[in-house]
Amino acid sequence: MSYNNELYQQVILDHNKNPRNFRVIDNPTHSCHGINPLCGDDITVYLNVGDDNTIEDISFQGSGCAISKSSTSLMTAFLKGKKVEDARVVFNEFHRMVLGELDPEKEENHLGKLKLFTGIREYPSRIKCASLAWHTTIGALDKKSEGISTE
Amino acid sequence: MPEAQTAVTDETIIDVDKIRADFPILSQTFNGKPLVYLDNAATTQKPRQVIERMQRFESEEYGTVRRGAYKLSEKATRLYEEGRQKVADLLRAGSKSEIIFTSGTTQSINLVAYSFGKRFIQPGDEIIISTIEHHANTVPWQILCEERGAVLKVIPVNDDGELIMEEYDKLLSSKTKMVAVNHISNALGTINPVEEIIEKAHQVGAKVLIDGAQSTPHMKINVQALDCDFYTFSGHKMYAPSGIGGLFGKMEVLEDMPPYVTGGDMIAKVTFEKTTYAKPPQRFEAGTPPISQVIGLGEAIDYINSIGLDSIARYENFLLEYGTKLLEEIDGCRIIGTAKNKASILSFYLDAVHPHDVVTLLDEDCIELRGGHHCAQPTMQRFNVPATTRASMSFYNKKEELDALAEGIRRAIQVFS
Ligand SMILES: Cc1ncc(COP(=O)(O)O)c(C=O)c1O
Repeated sequence: MSYNNELYQQVILDHNKNPRNFRVIDNPTHSCHGINPLCGDDITVYLNVGDDNTIEDISFQGSGCAISKSSTSLMTAFLKGKKVEDARVVFNEFHRMVLGELDPEKEENHLGKLKLFTGIREYPSRIKCASLAWHTTIGALDKKSEGISTE
Repeated sequence: MPEAQTAVTDETIIDVDKIRADFPILSQTFNGKPLVYLDNAATTQKPRQVIERMQRFESEEYGTVRRGAYKLSEKATRLYEEGRQKVADLLRAGSKSEIIFTSGTTQSINLVAYSFGKRFIQPGDEIIISTIEHHANTVPWQILCEERGAVLKVIPVNDDGELIMEEYDKLLSSKTKMVAVNHISNALGTINPVEEIIEKAHQVGAKVLIDGAQSTPHMKINVQALDCDFYTFSGHKMYAPSGIGGLFGKMEVLEDMPPYVTGGDMIAKVTFEKTTYAKPPQRFEAGTPPISQVIGLGEAIDYINSIGLDSIARYENFLLEYGTKLLEEIDGCRIIGTAKNKASILSFYLDAVHPHDVVTLLDEDCIELRGGHHCAQPTMQRFNVPATTRASMSFYNKKEELDALAEGIRRAIQVFS
């Protein structure tokens, strides 16, 4: 007995249950608090960015639905070791993918494993759950001290 | 304190299959699955009687109200005012002039906060609400307090989601000018002891507004026996269209209140020097109202009366009891809101699955629930949950649908384990 649901694939369920990089970084170079007022998703993303603009470490803490938690977990695993410029490019692609503006099967992209979230475009009310992590990370990199709200 | 009454339940008092045949949407299937609609506290479905009545009005009888001296307008005005009379009868108001049409509970409360507040709330005055209010019965009072230098006080609730009446007693004083609480909480289903709340507020000279958004479709209301000063409702939660609702106000209170929205229809006489206001309810109904919605509302009231609110309450109590038992049997499922006096609303929290995931997963089976804070964030904070999943039942729901709900919850837990 299982749901044949495009959204809740095994990887997503696994990252929800065992989120990667789920911890605080003390004295991070960047951090930001992000909330989804409608759902109550609430995360903080921490980053250590080196002088050469490499994301040397990235982690998160918080609570939320399976989509937001797994998306954040997968994002941290994906971004560790990447350059900030590359993170911004992928943010843009991810954003367009969840909005249904970029089809990762047809257009060139750097999304890799993050393509798992393609199905979210069929669930408009859940798009913000998937993109909160990314908005929060970009908020951290842009030094948005007031935090991020998806509303 | 009055004893909590044991709710009367009766499964057979309603012929649910016959009733379901009146609601076209309930026979729809989506991806081959029947619709299990359990978000009635958010909005209810409409019987064909309401849909057909509005359609007939729009296609055969439509005209403006209160203005034209020709056949269509006179008929529309009569039908519109009949709608007002039906509301007055439903709420047992003394006169239909005490019924003001608004777009719903939100607008009704804003009307009172603005108009009553502007006239009567002074710096240092106090307004009392409760922890378990909808934002519609929180934010307008908060803003009023900010603007007037008044103070907002909040009645706390116990772990079952019942108002702690001893604390209410302590909050009341000669400074209290308004007490605004819901009759039934949309987030928890608690039925509040409004008789006692009203009586005690009046003893200190305060006025009372009861938010009846959830109660009007579930139980008999008698605003005269309650002796409340204001009572609000929303049509779309009582089988009528959205965009229409109303406010009962005692005439002596309404007469002292200034208009809220101004323009046409609310005046007695306009010159550029001075405008005098019409009497209530016209004073509070500026502009052309939603006419066919009022006629639909009247038809919905007739429909409710044809079943009878006593029967509705008994049957919905049965569903509540049946659903409560089913959820209590599920490991890792906690019911939020366990008041002795409760309406057919079941809010719950699963240890393993976030409310939004529950809603998305059960939607696969066409079981429609609500996940979120239900516009009652302070209630969620009180119970230390970010959100809950809510199943809210109407007289057109069947116990088999609750079986399907319980099955779906078990499956969701399994997927996430
Ligand atoms: C208790 C309560 N108050 C107020 C409201 C607001 O009603 P409306 O959206 O119809 O204005 C609701 C509806 O969700 C409610 O349940």
